[in-house]
Amino acid sequence: MTHIVVVGAGQAGAALAAKLRALGFGGRLTLIGEEPVAPYQRPPLSKKYMLGEMALERMFLRPRSFYAEQEIDLVTGQRVAAIDPAARTLRLEGGEGLRWDKLALTTGSAPIRLPAAIGGELGGVYTMRSLADADAMAAEFRPGRRVLIVGGGYIGLEAAAVAASKGLQVVLVERAGRILQRVAAPETSDFFRELHRAHGVDLREGVGLTGLTGTDGRVTGARLSDGSALEIDFAIVGVGIRPATALAERAGLEIDNGIKVDRLGRTSAPDIFAAGDCASFPWQGRRIRLESVPNAIDQAEAAAAAMLGGSEPYIARPWFWSDQYDVKLQIAGLNTGYDCVVARRAGGATSFWYFRGDRLLAVDAMNDPRAYMAGKRMIDTGRSPDMTALADPSTDLKALAQGARSNAAQAADTAA
Amino acid sequence: MVQITFLAHDGTEYKTDVPAVLSLMEGARNANVPGILAECGGACACSTCHVYVAAEWAARLPPREPMEEDMLDFAWEPDPERSRLSCQIPVSEELEGLVVTVPERQA
Repeated sequence: MTHIVVVGAGQAGAALAAKLRALGFGGRLTLIGEEPVAPYQRPPLSKKYMLGEMALERMFLRPRSFYAEQEIDLVTGQRVAAIDPAARTLRLEGGEGLRWDKLALTTGSAPIRLPAAIGGELGGVYTMRSLADADAMAAEFRPGRRVLIVGGGYIGLEAAAVAASKGLQVVLVERAGRILQRVAAPETSDFFRELHRAHGVDLREGVGLTGLTGTDGRVTGARLSDGSALEIDFAIVGVGIRPATALAERAGLEIDNGIKVDRLGRTSAPDIFAAGDCASFPWQGRRIRLESVPNAIDQAEAAAAAMLGGSEPYIARPWFWSDQYDVKLQIAGLNTGYDCVVARRAGGATSFWYFRGDRLLAVDAMNDPRAYMAGKRMIDTGRSPDMTALADPSTDLKALAQGARSNAAQAADTAA
Repeated sequence: MVQITFLAHDGTEYKTDVPAVLSLMEGARNANVPGILAECGGACACSTCHVYVAAEWAARLPPREPMEEDMLDFAWEPDPERSRLSCQIPVSEELEGLVVTVPERQA
């Protein structure tokens, strides 16, 4: 009987295993995860779960019974130590060996930690990635306590929003000139800076962390690059994640900003596939890696189909979301290479639209689901709206999307 | 437990008992009903959990928030009365016997 093993039981691994069964795979199926629990949703960790608005039972992607019913052998709390692509075996850290006929790597990513030399290993210094992370810091979220958040990306900002909402004193430092610098236009940074300051967050841009200081192994203070010092009760580090490629690397698989896969999710080794945060793949003439739930699901499902002999290439349609206070941010597309931003403000809804030339690349929509949906529809179908009409708040977005012109270059890009 | 029936697009009927603490979307997901993707997991961010509720139920459900309304307007073949995002409907005892139809596809 054919045995497919999926290594990594996060969103991508769970989606891949479920899809194999949905597509009729009747062989043996094993899903191995290093965390002690069944696959769960990560996004609420820095949002509703941390706020205490979402119970643990609702975090799981599927009820435990699903895996039994689908005959998916879910192995939790186990790390894979090594893969032998030639022998088609793998070894668990506990020593147990498994044979596989096809293998999927959905190993995800790991948060970047601060070096021990600047206090990164002190008690009270957290990252925000796993249920264990969130549970470990839950007791710290008490009104009046002082938290330092290192990094003004989406994770840092979401953590700041939760902390401020729960009545903590929040300082957020971002080493770059502005928050969200790596991922968004200055307009979007401005929007979120204002939002956080209105909620009392002490947001300092262009200021890095020089070091954390502690007493008896527990963090008590921070020194910043502008020479100032802070007294803090705990710190959350949100300075990015790295794809978990070590296992693949040791097995000799090609790595290129993640485990290198083709449009079918195939790695450089026969019958080994990869998907999700850990995998880099071809997209519009370049190679990208996406850190998002939708990509984890869609790429995993495409890889599952390919593992069963399918030949439908994965075409990513990137989108993202974030919740901060009462603002829902929805992002469609990737803004890389934009040269112009069009702002649209209508009532409480705000959206920023990224263009290269006259081609729409992406949209950031704040409490503006119509802008998100219209933008996503245009981006996914390779069309762009008229910029003047777009900026006019009286223009109906649905009609604008319907009348948008096709991008001449889209066909060539998609084929590249 | 609240009995909810989901009708998949191919006509398959899924009779399920959903705990009254879950959303309609979570009930469908736990019963492995095909066609409800719910990529965002219930954050009202993706509109891929669109369903049609039976007409006689439409008025008995909690009304749509503006966010849901706007997302639905861009859904695949929305119905002005019957379309809902299933993640936005908390399951309660009052929904006993509700029948929900899954659309042909999500937007």
